[in-house]
Amino acid sequence: MKVSFNWLKEYVDCELTPSELADLLTMAGLEIEGVEAVGPELKGVVVALIASIAPHPQADRLSLCRVQAGEKTYAIVCGARNMKEGDKVALALAGAELPGGVQVKKTKIRGELSEGMLCSEAELGLSTSAEGIMILPPEAPIGAPVADALNIRDHLLELSVTPNRGDCLSIIGVAREVAALTGTRLHPPTPTLREGKNEVKDAVRVSVSDPDLCPRYSARLITGVRICPSPFWLRTRLERAGVRSINNVVDVTNYVMVEYGQPLHAFDFDLLEGGEIVVKRAAEGECFVTLDGVERVLHKDTLMICDALRTVAIGGVMGGLNSEIRDATSRVLLESAYFSPAGIRRTSTALGLQTESSYRFERGIDPEGVLPASLRAMALIAELAGGEAAKGVIDCYQTPLPCPKIRLRLPKVSALLGMSLEQKEVKGILKRLHMEVKENGGEEWVISPPTYRGDITREIDLIEEIGRLKGYDHIPVQVPKMWVMPFRKEPEEELEQRLKDALVGFGFYEVITFSFISPHALEALRLPPDDPRLLPLALLNPLAEVQSVMRTTLLPGLLETARYNLSHKNRDLKIFELREIYSPRKGEKLPEERRALAGLGMGAVTPEGWNILSQEADFYYVKGCVEQVLAELKTPAPTFTAGEVQPYLNPGTGAIIRLDGEKVGALGELHPEVAHVFELPRGVFIFEFDLTIVSNHMSREITFAPLPRFPSVTRDVAVTIDAGISAEEITAIIKGVDNKYIESIEVFDCYQGDPIPHDRKGLAYRIRYRSPDRTMTDEEVNEFHQGVLERLEKVPALTIR
Amino acid sequence: MEDSFQAALQSVHESTLTKLAQAVTEEELNRLKIETLGRKGKLTLLLRRVRELPPEGRRQAGEQANTVKQELEAKIEELLIHLHDEGKRQALAQEQLDITLPGTPLPRGRVHPITQVMARVVDIFTRMGFQVEEGPQVELDYYNFEALNIPHDHPARDMHDTFYFSDEVLLRTHTSPVQIRVMENRHPPIQIIAPGAVYRRDSDISHTPMFHQVEGLMVDEGISFAHLKGVLTFFVHEIFGQGTPLRFRPSFFPFTEPSAEVDIGCVICKGEGCRVCKGSGWLEILGAGMVDPEVFRIVGYDPEEITGFAFGMGIERIAMLKYGINDIRLFFTNDLRFLRQF
Repeated sequence: MKVSFNWLKEYVDCELTPSELADLLTMAGLEIEGVEAVGPELKGVVVALIASIAPHPQADRLSLCRVQAGEKTYAIVCGARNMKEGDKVALALAGAELPGGVQVKKTKIRGELSEGMLCSEAELGLSTSAEGIMILPPEAPIGAPVADALNIRDHLLELSVTPNRGDCLSIIGVAREVAALTGTRLHPPTPTLREGKNEVKDAVRVSVSDPDLCPRYSARLITGVRICPSPFWLRTRLERAGVRSINNVVDVTNYVMVEYGQPLHAFDFDLLEGGEIVVKRAAEGECFVTLDGVERVLHKDTLMICDALRTVAIGGVMGGLNSEIRDATSRVLLESAYFSPAGIRRTSTALGLQTESSYRFERGIDPEGVLPASLRAMALIAELAGGEAAKGVIDCYQTPLPCPKIRLRLPKVSALLGMSLEQKEVKGILKRLHMEVKENGGEEWVISPPTYRGDITREIDLIEEIGRLKGYDHIPVQVPKMWVMPFRKEPEEELEQRLKDALVGFGFYEVITFSFISPHALEALRLPPDDPRLLPLALLNPLAEVQSVMRTTLLPGLLETARYNLSHKNRDLKIFELREIYSPRKGEKLPEERRALAGLGMGAVTPEGWNILSQEADFYYVKGCVEQVLAELKTPAPTFTAGEVQPYLNPGTGAIIRLDGEKVGALGELHPEVAHVFELPRGVFIFEFDLTIVSNHMSREITFAPLPRFPSVTRDVAVTIDAGISAEEITAIIKGVDNKYIESIEVFDCYQGDPIPHDRKGLAYRIRYRSPDRTMTDEEVNEFHQGVLERLEKVPALTIR
Repeated sequence: MEDSFQAALQSVHESTLTKLAQAVTEEELNRLKIETLGRKGKLTLLLRRVRELPPEGRRQAGEQANTVKQELEAKIEELLIHLHDEGKRQALAQEQLDITLPGTPLPRGRVHPITQVMARVVDIFTRMGFQVEEGPQVELDYYNFEALNIPHDHPARDMHDTFYFSDEVLLRTHTSPVQIRVMENRHPPIQIIAPGAVYRRDSDISHTPMFHQVEGLMVDEGISFAHLKGVLTFFVHEIFGQGTPLRFRPSFFPFTEPSAEVDIGCVICKGEGCRVCKGSGWLEILGAGMVDPEVFRIVGYDPEEITGFAFGMGIERIAMLKYGINDIRLFFTNDLRFLRQF
């Protein structure tokens, strides 16, 4: 809400500057988000009196005015016709600069001297109205700067009101806070209304069928009003409060809403059938055209204001087109009511329609403010639109809203705030807030808050008020005593930490992508139609389709990240994500949320320098990463098998990762078709782990193996075999040789091509022999190695080279 | 004869000293050494002639010749050592590298800046004695709103623009539901923090639909607002540095009362007023308050017996302030040039 500093000061004595006031309110929980100086300075524009008007001898459309400002009289040529002798006008003297950038000069217009310029509202930057010059109110002092005479210069405080403080959605509400905070006096308006002889209850009948939604409804009537534009001061105040000016009657209802916080509605009484108001729930599916010209479909819980025949307003939200104030309106029925906050909230949410009125009602207005605001508005209408107010007011208030009586215990206040407070001080604070304080024996009181503070119903609400007015800065800073609690570190937490450490150590960057993805990203993964990953949890109200389903795999986020980086020339990538995936569960409201790990490598995976070449991502690099990560986790050595890999992997370069025979993940090149969809080149390698299973195989135990005391001896063997035979099969055969002195078997070369036939490949193994208790002789080792060679020779289609 | 011996000795002595002074290589010296002191060296030959001298002068001549021999031997040896050292030094000097060439690059990675800041925050609180708890991100309306004293028709729901899966199921808009889940399952004392991802329907330069929070909850007998100030003051000083000014400002959250917002002195302008702090000199970083008795009632605690405080903070916000990041979306596009900087 925008609060005018000048307006506020009409109701409370305040010596503070706008920015000091902003600080004070902010530190009391009424956050001021900004202070803005408004209104043009209008240097050199003064109030002048028109002494005479004569026609211009050379031009029919112009007139020669003599205007008086201060001691002097000026000759002015003017093109407007709306002024008369004796009017007060805004005179821009030579040298003045107007908000539009116009420099006012002494000049001759069609042969006649003009010593300045009489200004329109538009020329003064006060409104868009350029029809004629601005006529100032008669009380404006002649010769005074117009900016002062009209009180144009002001500061607007941008107030952010928390949902509990509906009472501060008005100038008077903020003034009350200022008075309470500074200990100064509040002086709200004291309207006087001269009422006619005719009783309102003779002309109008009001009945409330649904008091649960409308506990209080009041109506006043005025006849013989003249609808016209509002005076300058009213228009300015409304515009600065962010409300568009319509006409004098409607503007008054809005003005009083901003001033008192009580939303009001004015009906053209001649358009109300039967002179009757019925407040009742709508029929389900009923249609109604609101003031903004939109046809709306209503629910049975919507509260309607009706006349004898039809609906004329949605209670507390918006009036209807069928009963609005027109230029021809002469009789006005003024509604001032208290609607149920929850009811208004439901209606406004259901209709998707939030208005200044609904905003205030749903935050709770003052049930005792209904009549004073109605009186104030009626008095202003009578003042600005003329007419005669009917006598009295109709007030349907069947069951008065409860006024809470709250027990307040001083020791509780001190204990909760963590500081001891004196009785006198606490009582002083409560009284500044207009609370009624009754002694209840000892350090206890019974408190009745003012009716506009609907948010205060419990002791804790009072404690908050005491802390707030005391100032949180006065509460001491104290470290609490903590308990020692034996909580164990979860294995998952341990696993995640070690995984991240390992991957970062190998040069991978962690990425975090959104948990919601595009359903098309899942479809692009070539999953079979019955794959559960194709059935993600879908949002009802996503921001965009690309963020509309909860991910069932981390892959789309990684691929999207790769695509983004590639398009920004980051071609070399090693990234991973360790986050939740979401799988819907039959018969459960909430899905399973499980953390998964996926990594991606593309381009150069080791850095290039002036003295070193980089290495390109390939299957074996990523496999090495997987092996090293698992080694860091101290799992058993993994095994890798081809076949039945994920459909988004290139089938020839995909592998299943197993620990103790159990499937724990997959790795391989991204399938070229998937890469194509994500605008990625060939050569993108990915790996994935199921963290739950990996964590079962993880170990923290380390058993030291004594260092060997005797040297080892190595022997190499090179073989050629069918290209389809795996290196591991040959390793297994060598392992199968029953020789306890074989310490390790290592592939140190793999070769295909000339001179080896194309369907065969060459493999070279290095076998390390060691005895734990002696240095082996060459002869011994040769004998062992001969055993290996003999075994290999028995392998069909294997040739030892 | 004696005279000629003397003359010859002097000649050898002087000529050797002259050559010695001219010698610059080990090779020359070694040659000189052989020429003079070798088996057929000039001095060696001269020494042999001592025997042939008359007996009366023989002794003296022998001593003279030996003195010269020792002197020359010592000088040659000394010079040889010197030249040898100099040679090594010069040889090493040949090996001088251009040490300004860059070092061999090694692969390096990083965890995400959000993970780093989250770990910092979690570390500060766990050192104080808080335990880490987690809760689901896809959450029931009950835990996200109802049990936190935010009924369906309450305007406080405007503070959260929510993603829904159904009337009942949503993406949590804050980490506060973890408070309820923990209190439902445990008795006080409770001292937990709950880090994690949260979601709101909002997307611009300062909002992403997913972001991260850390929630804190301490419930016990006799917990006061002063304790809340104590814990959060320590936290702010740990994360933003000792002496960082902070202030507690009254605010409103449906699940805490009294509620507060915590501001720190602007880290950009040091309180002078700038664009980041909108000229106020203060930056809002935390929401906090005393747990509302209604929340205790909902989870079955007796608010007359126990009290507590809760707080919540946005991790992106803290990271942006710490690192001077001006666009929150950078965290989730994961541009390598961004990730490398942390």
